[in-house]
Amino acid sequence: MNKTDALIIGAGPTGLFTAHQLKLIGLDCEIVDNLDKIGGQCIELYPDKPIYDIPAVPECTGEELTNNLISQLKPFNIKFHLSERVEEVKKEDANWLVKTSSGNTFLTPNVIIAGGVGSFEPRKFAPKECEQYENKSLFYSVKDKNIFKGKTVSIFGGGDSALDWAIELSKDCKINLIHRRDEFRGAQATVDKMHELVKSGKINLFTKYQMANAQGGQQLESIDIKHDNNEIKNLKSDYVLGFFGLIMQLGPIANWGLNLNKKTIEVDTEKFETNQKGIYAVGDICNYPGKLKLILSGFHEGALAARACFKLARPNEKYRFEFTTTSSNLLKRLGKKE
Amino acid sequence: MAKITYITHENEKHTIEVQNGLTVMEGAVQNDIPGIDADCGGGMACATCHVYVKEDWFNKLPKKEDGEDDMLDMAFEPKTNSRLSCQIIVSDEIDGLEVNIPSKQA
Repeated sequence: MNKTDALIIGAGPTGLFTAHQLKLIGLDCEIVDNLDKIGGQCIELYPDKPIYDIPAVPECTGEELTNNLISQLKPFNIKFHLSERVEEVKKEDANWLVKTSSGNTFLTPNVIIAGGVGSFEPRKFAPKECEQYENKSLFYSVKDKNIFKGKTVSIFGGGDSALDWAIELSKDCKINLIHRRDEFRGAQATVDKMHELVKSGKINLFTKYQMANAQGGQQLESIDIKHDNNEIKNLKSDYVLGFFGLIMQLGPIANWGLNLNKKTIEVDTEKFETNQKGIYAVGDICNYPGKLKLILSGFHEGALAARACFKLARPNEKYRFEFTTTSSNLLKRLGKKE
Repeated sequence: MAKITYITHENEKHTIEVQNGLTVMEGAVQNDIPGIDADCGGGMACATCHVYVKEDWFNKLPKKEDGEDDMLDMAFEPKTNSRLSCQIIVSDEIDGLEVNIPSKQA
């Protein structure tokens, strides 16, 4: 059991700056994120795209913004729990008991949801028949490539993941590569390499086709793919890999008794508290009159939620507002003063 | 101003007057048309405002820009007449446009 003053759900820019604010005012915090890396949407959706509306930062990419936020957290020792999804949040006396998908538990008076638009999950195949083979013969990521050795693997997708795995696995598997159009969006060198392997017969390429059906018993035996002109082809397949990127799902947050409005959580604008005392929502996931889904708004919301956390984490102390330019307390916490 | 008809997967028709300059996605979201999620808010980063455009209209609309087809690769059941509704800007020229909303967005 981990005890902490505040638990932040989501390691995107808002979650990171909220952690900064908590540590600065002298509170502990830990961060849980479902992704395997820090940065949230910035790192998952647009690491290379420039952002132009961060105050005092004329231009920076999602990756640069993330790296800057991480280095701003350097003075503080913050524990990250990555590749973990918060599954359960339950009231326990004055605290919240939080459980993650890896079985970690936290006891904390404050839970700050900085979850963007929910957690990232792989996009899945449309046909219902595919579900029964998930994690047995059909995968959305590769954990152990050795299981494919000598087998027939049908790979779907047009980006770098699909291309990289088609090329890698073509060394010792029979590969079908299936994509919905002729153009691939992977790196040019990778696309060229794939076309070479198609020419030399190492990869069977099917474009303008999509998954239509999956057949077999316990184990997958074959799949049907359907052309834009409705023609159907049956491909013997031992394994199927689908690489359609990630989608954001609200996931378990929907079950925590919070007031939801579509995929957002209603909060007040003083503490950014939800209808549950001690649970806050900040950043893209929160909703209030006039809400803007901008990174700068997330920073403001996190700063206020952090002050609200102080009251519950230190009920017998009084929070005092201080500036980093002048407060020796804050400068000590920042490691700028002995 | 253009009249846009959104047809849900259950074949319910919603015809709405949308202001010029807004996107077809915004027209749907502002009028609570079900089935268009638009998670990223119009940034062409999520493919959850995916619609099918009737063939005759598909060819009349301004062509897809770079990146839209890449994002459509991620959409749920994309077809040859798929578009991201956040990339279709409303103008008098598209008055009468009909779009079909897929069974789901993800």
